[in-house]
Amino acid sequence: MSDNPISTALAKVEREPGVRKPDPLLVVDGVTRTFGGLTAVHVDTLEVQRGTITALIGPNGAGKTTLFNVISGFDRADTGHWTFDGQELTGRAAHRVARRGLVRTFQLTKTLSKLTVLENMKLAARHQRGERMGLSMLWPVWRGQERGIVRRADELLERFRLSHMRDEYAGTLSGGQRKLLEMARALMVEPTMIMLDEPMAGVNPALTQSLLEHITALRDEGMTVCFVEHDMDVVMGISDWVVCMAEGSIVAEGPPQSVAKNPAVIDAYLGRQHDEPENEG
Amino acid sequence: MDWEVILSDALRSGIGPIAAVYALAAIGLNLHFGYTGLLNFGQIGFMLVGAYGVAASVSTFGLSLWVGVLIGLGSSVILALLLGLPTLRLRAEYLAIATIAAGEILRLFYRSSWAEPVTGGVFGLQQFADEFFDINPIPRDQYGFWLVNYSSRDLWVLLVAWGLVALFAGVMALMVHSPWGRVIRSIREDEDAVRSLGKSVYAYKMQSLVFGGAIGSLAGMMLAIQNQSVNPDTYNPVETFFLYTLLVLGGAGRMLGPVIGSILFWAILSFFDSALRQAISAGYISSDVLSAAEIGAARFALVGLGLMLLMIFRPQGIFGSRREMLLDVR
Repeated sequence: MSDNPISTALAKVEREPGVRKPDPLLVVDGVTRTFGGLTAVHVDTLEVQRGTITALIGPNGAGKTTLFNVISGFDRADTGHWTFDGQELTGRAAHRVARRGLVRTFQLTKTLSKLTVLENMKLAARHQRGERMGLSMLWPVWRGQERGIVRRADELLERFRLSHMRDEYAGTLSGGQRKLLEMARALMVEPTMIMLDEPMAGVNPALTQSLLEHITALRDEGMTVCFVEHDMDVVMGISDWVVCMAEGSIVAEGPPQSVAKNPAVIDAYLGRQHDEPENEG
Repeated sequence: MDWEVILSDALRSGIGPIAAVYALAAIGLNLHFGYTGLLNFGQIGFMLVGAYGVAASVSTFGLSLWVGVLIGLGSSVILALLLGLPTLRLRAEYLAIATIAAGEILRLFYRSSWAEPVTGGVFGLQQFADEFFDINPIPRDQYGFWLVNYSSRDLWVLLVAWGLVALFAGVMALMVHSPWGRVIRSIREDEDAVRSLGKSVYAYKMQSLVFGGAIGSLAGMMLAIQNQSVNPDTYNPVETFFLYTLLVLGGAGRMLGPVIGSILFWAILSFFDSALRQAISAGYISSDVLSAAEIGAARFALVGLGLMLLMIFRPQGIFGSRREMLLDVR
């Protein structure tokens, strides 16, 4: 991996929680989110390097999804601010975050089952004039644009091997196909960064492989990918950088191999052995 | 029993002005409930502000009827904004509660003695639609076929009312099948998905509420004009549920659902009414079982029974798509 430019860019970066990156796309500072007395997220600093695959790992309840929700505007932060591509994103409504180029998917897929697969794709396209109420009746105004959108949707469906389901209701897709559709649909928004919430959850091993290949391909095209995953094995193969959260905070950061060996990560996953003296470990 | 009378009664109601008014109001409700998934339980409130917009403009303020139509539409937009601004960011239930309350509050407000100088209070307002009937192009005569007869006045009302139904059914068909409609239908299914793709769900819901409400207010105006009278107690909250009934009957979220639903609803209601009357006078039903005064209630019970059977055997309504409905079960 040392020969690819991404790894070289990250090679000199310190392997410690909250470290600054040379070219960060997303910068999160001092974000906390509490639910009553429980602090779900307490992240001092997190930077996501442009053009990398960053994995956010951690055991269940570590606050990964909550952090995702806060950044993407689906939840409110109690404190802190974050910027995306140099622009302030703090407290922005979810649809504004998406328009800025940061698009997310969901752990439980949100495909629109009563729309066809193609309609799901078309929905995500931006700048369609026909989405304005006043112009919606004037089909000549938006028909040409619609053709371009369909062309792009078809290309993406082809790439994600969903072309044969194009005109079926999305509700008839299998769980794995829904994950693919959601990813393809997010790409219709033409994002600069895509955040995937457990893209591999509930997907069979063969499809997991294909999903991983899609994610790698996106990175190779220059997109920044950040994904949440709690299964460490999945993460190791494809990530350029791994961030581990536990109990709401970031406990470790680094390239996959170094994070896997990090005692803080092992503690987070397996639980600390309190009866062991510190110096023996 | 005279079946010809029974069937012609049913037909007369089915194509009558009331059926047209309800079809129009239900087209608006279909945009709310059928396409956007907004639970508006106060469509009658939109009809009320529309009707009074026309009636009070003419009777109380001496304005032209056509100015009154604009005022009625304006009132419905204001009502929609008042209802939508605080509730549309919240879960669906909040709009439901706000609208059901607003419908009843509006009725009580318009009939209050405080508002009487403008709204006529419990007495309502009359004779404000002369301008509408003055431009009736249909020559004075009796028109009709079989046992169904109309004066030129009735026919004029019918033409305009069904004309509006056709117009807005057409407009709605174009809008729902446009990219705008695609966003609206997606919101019905999953707001968060739509939000995550960069669409302002709030703005779309508001547009839907305003537009559907404005169509409802037009229906209210048509009702007021054809009666040449408004009375607050015409606009009972229960009317909204008749609208839901006929919408579910025809098929919610379908183009022709509200139109066919309204025609059938009023035809069936009238059919039972007429049939029960005939059966009692012919002695088929003993007056101990059902007296003529109880027919009004009994026909609704029968419609209710019919609706229950519909829900069991064809839950998607007459025009609904079963395939689409079954996707929910997965």
